[in-house]
Amino acid sequence: MKRHLISAADLSRDDALLILDTAEELGRIADRPIKKLPTLRGRTVVNLFFEDSTRTRISFEAAAKRLSADVINFSAKGSSVAKGESLKDTALTLEAMGADAVVIRHGASGAAHRLAGWVRGSVVNAGDGTHEHPTQALLDAVTIRRRLRGPGQDGRGLDGVRVTIVGDVLHSRVARSNVLLLSTLGAQVTLAAPPTLLPLAVGSWPCSVSYDLDSELPKSDVVMMLRVQRERMNDSYFPSVREYSRRYGLDATRMALLPEHAIVMHPGPMNRGVEIAADVADSPRSTIVEQVANGVTVRMAVLYLLLGGAELPGVSQ
Amino acid sequence: MTTSKWLIRGATIDDGQADILIDGSLITGIAEITGAGSGLTARGAQELDASGLIALPGLVDLHTHLREPGREDAETVETGTAAAALGGFTAVHAMANTEPVADTAGVVEQVWRLGRAAGHADVQPVGAVTSGLAGRQLAELGAMADSAARVRVFSDDGQCVADPLLMRRALEYVKAFDGVIAQHAQDPRLTEGAQLNEGEMSGRLGLAGWPAVAEEGIVARDCLLAAHVGSALHICHVSTAGSVEIIRWAKSKGWPVTAEVTPHHLLLTDELAVGYDPVYKVNPPLRTAADVAELRRALADGTIDCVATDHAPHPVEAKETEWAEAAFGMTGLETALRVVHKAMVETGLLDWRGVADRMSVRPARIGRLAGHGIPLSQGAPANLTLYDPAAPAEPVSPRGASKSRNTPFAGMELPGRVVATFLRGTATALDGKLTS
Repeated sequence: MKRHLISAADLSRDDALLILDTAEELGRIADRPIKKLPTLRGRTVVNLFFEDSTRTRISFEAAAKRLSADVINFSAKGSSVAKGESLKDTALTLEAMGADAVVIRHGASGAAHRLAGWVRGSVVNAGDGTHEHPTQALLDAVTIRRRLRGPGQDGRGLDGVRVTIVGDVLHSRVARSNVLLLSTLGAQVTLAAPPTLLPLAVGSWPCSVSYDLDSELPKSDVVMMLRVQRERMNDSYFPSVREYSRRYGLDATRMALLPEHAIVMHPGPMNRGVEIAADVADSPRSTIVEQVANGVTVRMAVLYLLLGGAELPGVSQ
Repeated sequence: MTTSKWLIRGATIDDGQADILIDGSLITGIAEITGAGSGLTARGAQELDASGLIALPGLVDLHTHLREPGREDAETVETGTAAAALGGFTAVHAMANTEPVADTAGVVEQVWRLGRAAGHADVQPVGAVTSGLAGRQLAELGAMADSAARVRVFSDDGQCVADPLLMRRALEYVKAFDGVIAQHAQDPRLTEGAQLNEGEMSGRLGLAGWPAVAEEGIVARDCLLAAHVGSALHICHVSTAGSVEIIRWAKSKGWPVTAEVTPHHLLLTDELAVGYDPVYKVNPPLRTAADVAELRRALADGTIDCVATDHAPHPVEAKETEWAEAAFGMTGLETALRVVHKAMVETGLLDWRGVADRMSVRPARIGRLAGHGIPLSQGAPANLTLYDPAAPAEPVSPRGASKSRNTPFAGMELPGRVVATFLRGTATALDGKLTS
């Protein structure tokens, strides 16, 4: 594996499977009464969050703490950053503190990439603008594999799994990372969205594209609903939230078009009643809570593998 | 300092070798070398062995940002024109987006005087089209034209004159004093928040797309306006194949349209943004390889009239940041001729006579600049550049005469070397170094 995790494109199939399998192993440990492992004792992980994202931050924090790392949370609000300090100066400060890994969430695409050029430690991209969010894709892959294939899938990819990703692909870091990672793992990915919310050159992506959600649902093993921002309406990406919801929202009627075994995913936070109906979000097909749980184990696996922690019992590398 | 009398021996001009005698500010003799030599004698003159060097009329840049007044941390007239001299330029057009904006006779005269004082190259100020570049009302174009700076090129560069009525009026108004409107073609609504050419790279990198049509729509509209009112339109930094097609069509109609292309758009593509290094962030953005190929063809066949650098210096902190935060722009004066050598001459698209035409003769004509862009000949002003095309390709150093280091060519191996530049008989650069 590379030193940083910035894009899902950084991961070969073997790298991705190693992370997935390691996460599964760590998940088994998480079921024990004492969840904490000593593997990253004495290592420092900085959570550098320039955007509010409580769920992602606490997920990384829990992951690092379960591996016994020292965790420093650095939130841009009210800090020197709010007073105009540059990303580079923040990076040099963290460098001076001896951060072994920096987990960065930032509103600008490429911020994680830039940071990696300024620090010696490993950089983990926890979401950069409208670019990528690779650990979200990894936790989605773990969730899909376990829900559709059951336990004991170590070493196996997602070959042949049909995944439909629905919504604002243009602005979604989750969609970018998932298209790359899931296709690396052998899944067949389809994007379903209004044309305004697809990148112009999406034809070069390793996936297919549809404007018609209803025709894709019967062919889907997984449907992944993306959060749609209400303010997109003001930029005329779609005429109204209601029209968006009618054409691309997943309600109970539409969910009935899915095959019996299919699952419904959402990276959160949800807009209930917009891209996903409450009935759907709370249905047994929904994996939303599992996604959160898998988020911690996947992030443990990423930190563990990047920082080369002490050997893990039961994990062969 | 330098003597006022020079004999330049054995320079290559077009296809032949010639000696060039400079006395005072003029070329007083130019003679092809035959078996018996050229017959020119060097009595009282300093000799310069120019064998193997190409002599070009001094280069003229239609599009330079000198940043003074206002952003002297990025560049000054002194440092910017020093960079120009090292790059082989004898005249530069200083863009109007300074602080304060060059939208009055007072500011353009100040810039013009700073250029005269610096002495490295002639500085011809460009006046703003609209007051404060705000796109609402015309600046006092006539006052700038009548000032000591004798402004003829007007541009809101950095901003597009987007209002079609205002553009029409500007084009019409400057006819009274043989002016030209240089348009920065960028539809503002289509490029809100735009960061990178809209295409495969912008989609992959998650950077807001900058569609080619945002340029082409304005180019098409303005060509039609120029035809309608019969006024001179110049299109700044053409960056797309589609713009070329429109300009080719407009020229085929005989409409008074000219265009420029930057060195960086002749050589670099949006693929370079892959590492999010804002040194590659520029307005208009780097486009695709297909656009680069078409821009080269258009410069070769004359559809695009000239090369203009859009030299845009920025301090380090404006570029050492996230892509979206970073300033647009690249320096270019010191590398322009070498880039054109690589993109146009080494590819066989243009010979050195063509380079002289596209980098000196035509930009001087478009800029209505007297005393520049005159082919080397007896009686012409002694503005010339000596270039060594055989100098081994060397990596570009980011540190030159410019105050700023935001060159996208740093570390890139470019051929050739500017050896000397003469401005009205005075050497401003010799042996690749400034003379003063």
